[in-house]
Amino acid sequence: MELKQDNLSFLFQETYALTKRLFIQLKRRPSTLFAGILQPIIWLFLFGALFSNAPKDFLPGVDSYGNFLGAGLIVFTAFSGALNSGLPLMFDREFGFLNRLLVAPLSSRLSIVLSSFLYITILSFVQSTVIMLISFFLGYGFPEFFGLGIVFSTLILLVLFVTSISLCLAFILPGHIELIALIFVINLPLLFASTALAPISFMPHWLGWIASINPLTFAIEPIRTAYSSQVNLDLVALNAPYGDLTCRNCISLLFVLTIISLLIIRPLLNKKLN
Amino acid sequence: MTYIQIKNLSKSYTDVKALNKLDINIQKGHLFGILGPNGAGKSTLLKILSTLIAPDDGEIYLDDIDLIKESREIRKLIGYVAQEIALDKILTGRELLDFQADLYHIKKSKKIERIDFLIKQLEMESWIDKQCGTYSGGMKRRIDLASGLLHIPKVLILDEPTVGLDIESRNIIWELLESLKSDGMTIILSSHYLDEIDKLSDVVAIIDGGKVIDQGSPSFLKSKLGGERISLKVREFSNFKESEKVKEILLNIDGISQIVVNKSQGYSLNFVADKNIDFLSKLKVELAFCKFEIFSLTQSQASLDDVYLQATGKTLQDAEIFMTGKRDLKKESKQSMR
Repeated sequence: MELKQDNLSFLFQETYALTKRLFIQLKRRPSTLFAGILQPIIWLFLFGALFSNAPKDFLPGVDSYGNFLGAGLIVFTAFSGALNSGLPLMFDREFGFLNRLLVAPLSSRLSIVLSSFLYITILSFVQSTVIMLISFFLGYGFPEFFGLGIVFSTLILLVLFVTSISLCLAFILPGHIELIALIFVINLPLLFASTALAPISFMPHWLGWIASINPLTFAIEPIRTAYSSQVNLDLVALNAPYGDLTCRNCISLLFVLTIISLLIIRPLLNKKLN
Repeated sequence: MTYIQIKNLSKSYTDVKALNKLDINIQKGHLFGILGPNGAGKSTLLKILSTLIAPDDGEIYLDDIDLIKESREIRKLIGYVAQEIALDKILTGRELLDFQADLYHIKKSKKIERIDFLIKQLEMESWIDKQCGTYSGGMKRRIDLASGLLHIPKVLILDEPTVGLDIESRNIIWELLESLKSDGMTIILSSHYLDEIDKLSDVVAIIDGGKVIDQGSPSFLKSKLGGERISLKVREFSNFKESEKVKEILLNIDGISQIVVNKSQGYSLNFVADKNIDFLSKLKVELAFCKFEIFSLTQSQASLDDVYLQATGKTLQDAEIFMTGKRDLKKESKQSMR
C-alpha cells in the first residue's frame, strides 16, 4: 500500500518536473504562445471582414459572421497546438534528451506522455480564453457558466485526441522535418473541411459529408452551441447529410474517437518507451 | 566479489554485429576501463548496461539483479553519462539538475543540498545559472556528469567522458573519478584514450569487433608482454615490402619475439627482446648482410597500445582510422533513436 502511495507521489513528481520543463521553455521562447493567439485573431478580423456582408440566413442560429467564426477559431487554436505537441518529443528523440529520461527510474513512463497532455491542455485553455475575451470585446458575445463548461470539456477531449495522434507520429516518423511536413499537410485542409468557416448548408454535397465526419466539426458545434443564449445539450447542433446531431451527440462522438485513439496509440507508446 | 556479471552478450544492428558473445566480470568498487577503437562495440555495451537498449542474447546481473528483467530496479542503481551530451539548451544548469533530481525522485530537502554539493565539487559555481546552450564542451560534460551523480548511484557508467575536452575539464573529471572510486563507487569507463585508461583503471578490457580480446589490470597486461619493447626502423619512411623483409630477418634472431609491423609509425617493427640475450650484435650483422641500416632503435616500457597491437596486429590509431572509414554515422544515429 505504502509502495503504491510512493509510486503515485513519484508519478506526480516526475510529471510535474516534465511539465515544468515545457513551461520554462515556453517562458523563455514565448513565440509559439503569441503566434497561437495572434493567428486566430488575424483570421477573426480578416474572415470577419470578408464575410461581413453574407446574407443573414446563410448562418444558422447567429446574427453575425464573427459570432459564427469564434467557435471555429477556438477549436483551430487548440487543434494546431495539439498537433504540434509531438514536436518537443521529436526533438528530444533526435537530440538524445529522451535517453536521459529513459535511463531514469521513472515510476511510469506514462509521465512523459502525461506531461505533454497537461502542457498542451493548459496552453490551449490560455490561448482560447484570450481569443474568447477578444471576441467578447469585438461584440461577438461570451459563453455563460454552463457554456464555458462545454467549451473547456470539448477542448480537453479534442486536445487528448489530437495530442495522442501527434505523439504517436513523433515516434513513428524519422525526424522533425517529416513531422512538420505532415502537420502542414493536415492542419489547414482539416480546418477548411470542417464547419469552422462555413456551415454545412453552404458546402457542396461531398464536402458536407467530409465536414460532418470531421472530428473538428464535433468540437466546433458544441462550442458554437455554448455561445448561444439558451444552452441545451439536446438541441440539434449539426444538420449532417446522414442525420441531425445534437450537441450531446457531437461530444459523445468526440469522446469515443478520443478513447479509440488512446487505445490505438497505447501499444505503440509501450513499445517505444519500454 | 563479482558485482556485475556479463555473460555471452550479443547485439546486432541491421548489418553489423556490434557485440559478439561478450563475457565480462566487474568487481565492486573497481574502475573498469573499456578500451577499443570507435565502432568496437563499447557504446553498445554501455547502452545495454544503462538499460537503453536490449541485447539480442546473453545475461547481465548487477548485484544479483537481472538487468534485462528488472530494468527499473537497475536504473535506480546506475548513473549514465552518454557519449553524446544531450542537454536542454533553454534550461540553466541548475534547472537541469533540479529536473534530473525530480526524475530520480530525490526529496526536496536533499535535492538542493546535493545539487549545491555537486556544483561545488565540479567547480560550476560561476556559470551554473546560465542557460545550457551557452556552455562550452567542458562545461556541458561537467553538468552531464553531475546529472549522472545526483542520486549517488552504485554504478557510474561513462561513455568516452573526456572526448574533445580542454585540459582543465579533463583534470577535474579525472580527479572526481578517483575520488568516487576511493568512496567505493563502481565505475565503468569507456575510452579510446590510452593514458586515461592506464591512469584510472583497476581492470581494463580491450574490445575489438564486439569481443573482449584481453582483460586484466593495465600493469598485468603490460607485464604479460614480457621483455623489453623495441621499435626498429631501417629507414625514416619505410614500406610494407621492406618491413616484411626485415621481419623475416628478425624471426631468425634468438631472443626476439612478438614481432609486429606498425604501419602507423612508418612501417616500424615492434618486438619484444629477451633481456638475457644479446640480440643487438647479431641484428646489426644480419641487417648489414641484407644491406639494411638501423635508422632508429628505441627501447621503451610496454604501453597499453603495445598490448592492443600485440592482440590485434594493429595500433589503436590504425583501428580508429579503419573504423572511421567503415562507419555510417547517420545510420547509427537513426538506429540509436527510439
